[in-house]
Amino acid sequence: MVDSSKLVYLTPDEAKLVGAVFDVLIPADELGIGATEAGCVTFLDHQLAGPYGSAAKDYKLGPVVEGLPQQGPQSIATPAEIYRKGLAELNNVSQKKFGHPFLNLTEEQKVAFLEGMEDGTIDFETVKTKDFFTLLLQNVREGYLADPMYGGNRDMVGWKLIGFPGAVYDYRDWIVSKRGQKIDVQPVSLLRTG
Amino acid sequence: MHYKRPKADVVIVGLGWSGSTMAEELTRAGLNVVAIERGAWRETSTSFPTTRNPDELSGSIRKEILQAPVTETYTVRNKPGETALPLRKYHNLTLGNNVGGAGTHWAGASWRWQPFDHQPYTRIMERYGAKQLVDGLILQDWGVTYDDLEPFYDRFEKIAGTSGTAGVINGVKQPGGNPFEGSRTSPYPTPALERTRANILFAEATTRLGYTPFPVPSAMIGAPYTNALGINLAPCTYCGYCQLYGCGNWSKSSPNICILPVLMQRPNFTVVTESEVVRINTTPDKKTATSVTFVDSDGNIGEQPADIVIVATFTLDNTRLLLLSGIGTPYDAVSGEGVVGRAFTFQTLSWAFMFFENEYLNPFMNTGALATQIDDFNGDNFDHTGLGFIGGAGIQSLCNQGLPIGMSGLVPEGSPKWGKGWKQAFQKAYQNYAQIQGQGTSFAHREQFMDLDPTYKDKFGQPLLRITYDYNENDRRSGRFIRDKCAEIAKEMGAREVTGVSLADQPYSGYTPWDSSHVQGGVVMGENPKTSVQNRYQQNWDIPNLFVIGASSFPNNAGYNPTAAVGATTLWTAKAITDLYLKNPGPLVRL
Repeated sequence: MVDSSKLVYLTPDEAKLVGAVFDVLIPADELGIGATEAGCVTFLDHQLAGPYGSAAKDYKLGPVVEGLPQQGPQSIATPAEIYRKGLAELNNVSQKKFGHPFLNLTEEQKVAFLEGMEDGTIDFETVKTKDFFTLLLQNVREGYLADPMYGGNRDMVGWKLIGFPGAVYDYRDWIVSKRGQKIDVQPVSLLRTG
Repeated sequence: MHYKRPKADVVIVGLGWSGSTMAEELTRAGLNVVAIERGAWRETSTSFPTTRNPDELSGSIRKEILQAPVTETYTVRNKPGETALPLRKYHNLTLGNNVGGAGTHWAGASWRWQPFDHQPYTRIMERYGAKQLVDGLILQDWGVTYDDLEPFYDRFEKIAGTSGTAGVINGVKQPGGNPFEGSRTSPYPTPALERTRANILFAEATTRLGYTPFPVPSAMIGAPYTNALGINLAPCTYCGYCQLYGCGNWSKSSPNICILPVLMQRPNFTVVTESEVVRINTTPDKKTATSVTFVDSDGNIGEQPADIVIVATFTLDNTRLLLLSGIGTPYDAVSGEGVVGRAFTFQTLSWAFMFFENEYLNPFMNTGALATQIDDFNGDNFDHTGLGFIGGAGIQSLCNQGLPIGMSGLVPEGSPKWGKGWKQAFQKAYQNYAQIQGQGTSFAHREQFMDLDPTYKDKFGQPLLRITYDYNENDRRSGRFIRDKCAEIAKEMGAREVTGVSLADQPYSGYTPWDSSHVQGGVVMGENPKTSVQNRYQQNWDIPNLFVIGASSFPNNAGYNPTAAVGATTLWTAKAITDLYLKNPGPLVRL
């Protein structure tokens, strides 16, 4: 269980900015609360402070050279570094492109901005824009859909969206009896709440 | 600090499926065995409790159970002449990092390979002749046949508690099983698992098309079962946390539940964990292995002398350890000479991805190998005349994933990837997505091999292993053929959208989504020292007290998963050691 009352890696400004991006990627609507309300920023903050953020499991010895696409990512930049640089630049690029920092853009402008990051038409200098976007999208989905003990998926909103029962460890009663049928069940997390 | 441990009868490097299976046989025969394992100790009750295990983020996403690239990785290039670069992040080759090896987190498909798969050269020559082979293909027999291995397949299944429906017993076809399987002397120890909705749609469609569907034999125990070693295994619960997870239910065959509880109680067995073997030592004439050198968890250098050295690490590391130790002649792709690192194979995967309409497929109820398969297009079960390739694939409705983060990108072509549109698409797709996998054969080729990388090193400063691999023309032809069969079945199942893919149409990459983790070869067994490192008993041709076991011994890959074939060949070699070698130490095959 993570403590959502204080930030452990992100600065308050970074947290606000990444929350604004996350809420475009997974917005609040009739299907459920949005990313920030679901705790995705808290989730990310704690992930970046830990071994994932520092890419502790990666092979980082040199020489570091770019290869063919099929040889996979060769950069040894860590997720924590990519967020720090990428978020700093996001506002600069937003200012240049739309005349406002990202937080002050209209909903349509935010969407257009992220579409530009996704297809590479908006170019950052310090990070590979497409890679940064891919990371943002992967992490917000993780936050929205991982077990609530990691700080996101509040009230198991992500699981309720799709009808996933959660941390259940025995489906023998249902494998035949519920075959091909809708299962209405309150999901359960490792925290055993909700 | 350097230190030497007391001499053992046998030292085994690596305690995964092959190492633990071998250790059980040799300790039962009274030998004093020491196993040295790079990973940590792991056991069911404390390492994989059901109150902690069902967690997608730490399992499938962060892959915490796997050996990390920082510990050791590989460099890869497609062709000789290119510069190989390291796999820096978690990739598709899923190594274990614990006692139990990859057998702890594996998906669990438990296949006896077909008679053809063990003797591909003889059978292709008999039926088609050399004209059937594309240029550069390497095809050779194992020196051991299915009939030789049958008792050992049988024994391995009874250790593992394998679930399935027999197809052929003592030459007689059985209803509901695989009519193409090699004849068995007994049925599977436990019954096949229940089918999912997707499995049933597949079974009905393939039956209508004139094929013969059957349940994939698996490590998911089908009923309470006391295994060959007297351990009580529990039935699978379809929990869906299987591949990349240890099993907290005692219901997925693994060294941790099927062997180690017995092995650890034997006074003549010792395991040294968190210690990495870096070298096999030999006499100056390189005729006898004397010991292995390892680095322990404190960074000290230890040596373990033994009368018999058995190498049982991950497939690729078996090759690397021989190369680092200067044992055998490294393969040279230019001349085609040399044997260590030769005959590297992978797996040729094809897929049909499907979306249905208004289904409730309930994908979260699954196992790593909950699948219904047809073998009508596997191995040499169909006439290849005029097709221009050999081999094929097991084609299966595979229900092995239902966890939400992993499914979050599985929306129909053209759907939004984020925003409100994604939420709607994901909600619908989650219950309507299904897949058919064509798990294809892989045959060796002159330009597929492993050697030591000239540039990149591990944390000890030793060269990484370099993989030179791309799909060959045989793979590309078989892959497309199988892709079309997968798509045909998917359409017959009534899917609204079907996308067929053959992965062999792209250059090989260690990061291709949906790709296999199976690699074979490099230290192959065979009949001729010019084309194999070891004889039919997995005994080194030059060093009679050195045995290298595992899928590194296989000169080709079948349209199956390799684990049960690893189990059978390990037990076959164990019997050769206890019944033949111990009585008269020396070469078991004289040329």
